[in-house]
Amino acid sequence: MNTTDEVKEGEVILKLEDICMSFGKVQALSDVNLEVRKGEIHSVIGPNGAGKTVMMNCINGLYHPQRGTIFFKGQRINGLSPHKRAELGIGRTFQKLELYGGMTVLDNITMGSHIHLKSGILSGSIYAGKTKREEIEEREFIEEEIIDLLEIESIRDQVAHMLPYGLQKRVELGRALALRPEVILLDEPMAGLNLEEVEDMARFILDINEEKRWKITCILVEHDMGVVMDISDRVLVLDFGNMIIDGPPEEVSENPKVIKAYLGEEDLYTSRR
Amino acid sequence: MREETIEITKDLTIPQLFYKQCKKYGNEKVAIREKEFGIWIPYTWQDYFDNVKYLSLGMVSLGLKRGDKVAMIGDNRPEGIWAEMAAMCVGAIPVWLFQDCMMEEVRYIVDHSDSRFFVGETQEEVDKALGIMSECPKLEYIIWDDPKGMRRYDQKFLMSIKKVQKLGRELDQKEPMLFEQMINEGHGEDICLLFYTSGTTALPKGALLTHYNMLSMGQNLMAVDPCYDTDDFVSYLPFAWIGEQMMSISCGLQIGYTLNFPEEPEVAQHNIREIGPHVMFAAPRLYEGLTRQVQVKYLDSAWIKRKAYEVATKIGYYVADLKFERKPVPWYWKALNYFAYVIVQKKLKDHLGMSRLRHAYTGGAAMGPDHFRFFHALGVNLKQIYGQTEIAGISVVHRDGDIKFDTVGTPLPETEVKITEDGEIISKGPSVFQGYYKMEEETKKALKDGWLYSGDTGFIDEDGHLVVFDRSKDVMVLNDGRPFAPQYLESRLKFSPYIQDAWVIGDKAPYVTAVMCIDYSVVGKWADEHKINYTSYPELSQHPEVYNLIQRQIEEANKGLPDPARIHKFANLFKAFDADDDELTRTSKLRRGFMAQRYKDIIEALYMDTGIVHLDMTITYEDGRVQPIKTDLRVQQIDA
Repeated sequence: MNTTDEVKEGEVILKLEDICMSFGKVQALSDVNLEVRKGEIHSVIGPNGAGKTVMMNCINGLYHPQRGTIFFKGQRINGLSPHKRAELGIGRTFQKLELYGGMTVLDNITMGSHIHLKSGILSGSIYAGKTKREEIEEREFIEEEIIDLLEIESIRDQVAHMLPYGLQKRVELGRALALRPEVILLDEPMAGLNLEEVEDMARFILDINEEKRWKITCILVEHDMGVVMDISDRVLVLDFGNMIIDGPPEEVSENPKVIKAYLGEEDLYTSRR
Repeated sequence: MREETIEITKDLTIPQLFYKQCKKYGNEKVAIREKEFGIWIPYTWQDYFDNVKYLSLGMVSLGLKRGDKVAMIGDNRPEGIWAEMAAMCVGAIPVWLFQDCMMEEVRYIVDHSDSRFFVGETQEEVDKALGIMSECPKLEYIIWDDPKGMRRYDQKFLMSIKKVQKLGRELDQKEPMLFEQMINEGHGEDICLLFYTSGTTALPKGALLTHYNMLSMGQNLMAVDPCYDTDDFVSYLPFAWIGEQMMSISCGLQIGYTLNFPEEPEVAQHNIREIGPHVMFAAPRLYEGLTRQVQVKYLDSAWIKRKAYEVATKIGYYVADLKFERKPVPWYWKALNYFAYVIVQKKLKDHLGMSRLRHAYTGGAAMGPDHFRFFHALGVNLKQIYGQTEIAGISVVHRDGDIKFDTVGTPLPETEVKITEDGEIISKGPSVFQGYYKMEEETKKALKDGWLYSGDTGFIDEDGHLVVFDRSKDVMVLNDGRPFAPQYLESRLKFSPYIQDAWVIGDKAPYVTAVMCIDYSVVGKWADEHKINYTSYPELSQHPEVYNLIQRQIEEANKGLPDPARIHKFANLFKAFDADDDELTRTSKLRRGFMAQRYKDIIEALYMDTGIVHLDMTITYEDGRVQPIKTDLRVQQIDA
């Protein structure tokens, strides 16, 4: 794999150029441009069906857009499959939970880091040598960095599908983090959470974005305007596949087109405050 | 390893003892264990020593001096006990705060104690300290140990424990003998701890305890129930509670057993099971919780398990009662008891983390005989103790084989307990405290000629056991003069798994009534099984079926009681009692006076025939937010 130079803070790490994606006659994305700078929280908002999730799927490779280019750290990644992109450093969580329901929390999270394990079938099957070393290193990373960060010590041995929704969302974030991504796509991480859980989740996102250990660039799809406006560095607004504006939250919240298309005439901050 | 016992004299200080123990065990033995990142991480006595030493010197280089106060707050963790020991080594006086203290309480105690340093755990505690800093001019430094969330705090007076320890190392290089020198300067009769009592009625009072107070207490307790340096103890109750200090410092440091700290408070029960402690001391509430847990699991289990449990407990109760009556246990009952042990009790004790338990103590509040019998039937050596912060923890305890569940036992060695003419319990001994900090009046009331006046009433029975009535202000009479004991009734009610808390009312009233708090999880589960829909605690508590369920529990508790003590009417409260609403003290005692004020509408309704009460009041959340609440409560009559 060709390694690209490290991207510095503030430089563009992920770039979408004129992305077009249609399903039959439905134009889900038309000429969407996005520049995500390293170290930022870049939010994507828009009404239902605006194409937010399609955009996420294009970035992580579940969909391949008909037109346009995607660059990650200067490298064109259009043709790459999702797991290749994950190896490059693009992690994601899903709007609808995609956990392994029957497995424990710890196993779910560990699964996220498997992509980095180098040992082969042979040593894996007898759990010796390299496998053992790798597993112990991974364990330390997961326990000390992820479980501690997300405060899920008390549920680490519980089966995922038995957990309350809010905790499952946290576990999903944990699994995405285990991938050690540089960019993380968060698809509605607050949906279906109560106020307290939303506050927790917002804190976790800020933590992984700002904490020296992580410094992950976040692309956040979210409906909760309070959260988006509070924590984002930039906001992109989509409406029926068209970009309305891409700018800092203050600018976005005052844009008349945004208010008309998405927010109605209501005050921006009415959501969950 | 017990050949050399350390003599406790008036010259010995806790830091000196700490120094001796660290030198004795060095790297050979584990002093502290903490579960972190999913595994138990050991710290030897040498690690313990190094951490305390550099932290202590670091505090000195920040300007901490002998006699200064250091406020401390946080969950139980090694850093907490290091900080405490470090402050003591300097000759400073630690002041522990309860982890869940609200800002106002923190402010009062930090201000009143004249604390110059504040040691917190995480961002949460640091925020509390920052919030009160402007009102506490004497506070100079805030020290924290968990970096999470601290990245944006850059004030000069904020410092991590690691950084303070680094300062300590630098000082150590300049003055290598300073630490030893500081330790040697101390004297056993210096103040070592300033302990704020929870106070069921008034503002917290700061009790001053000396090194000798603390150490003599531990020595006398262990003269009754010896501990060994191979023992394990799990420290998870607040350090701000004297009982925990007594086990961790008075006994733990003296004998050198291992302190274990759970990962998080939520997993404490699980961690206890992993450790299997040899001794434990907890407030009745914890034992009540364990009892409830067993009862719920019992209700939940399959037919065959239920039967096995029923048989085993029947045997257990029979044998326990024989022991209580101090009658010999015949060999066939012993055999049956062994059978019960094999089929049920062994497993059950393991699940409760009690397999290796030699002594379990309960104290701080009254515990009902039902709970007491329950644990003895299980083969757990549970003992009542009696004492107060003012006597460095405890003064009276049950002896092995001489346990009566309506008494609190006999005095510790070197301790005298007497009853005054008014029936007040007074005690004298080496552990009696030095007075309240900055409260002359109160000190005079509590200390007379070396006797500690407790404010509790009681008597000494024919076997020399002390019997404690409820706090004297809590003994109540009906309006026709017939007496009843509300705490006894409450503990009886709480034996039902469905009832989390009860508050019995009836002082100078025609009959006894009660306000009940249902146990949300247990009643919730019951509701699920009975196809009752609910969305929240308030809704569930007011459901007619739930009222009937609670009524059945009360009727059960009423059985066998004399008429004046029976509960005639009750109401389910829409919430559980909470220390944040000032309804309980931080050690979970009911604050009756306050409650009578707060819920006077409910009390009124309990003595009228309206059957319903409208409430309009506020509740307080843990973060200090206040919310108004409007609701209706129903009053239900119980046919006597």
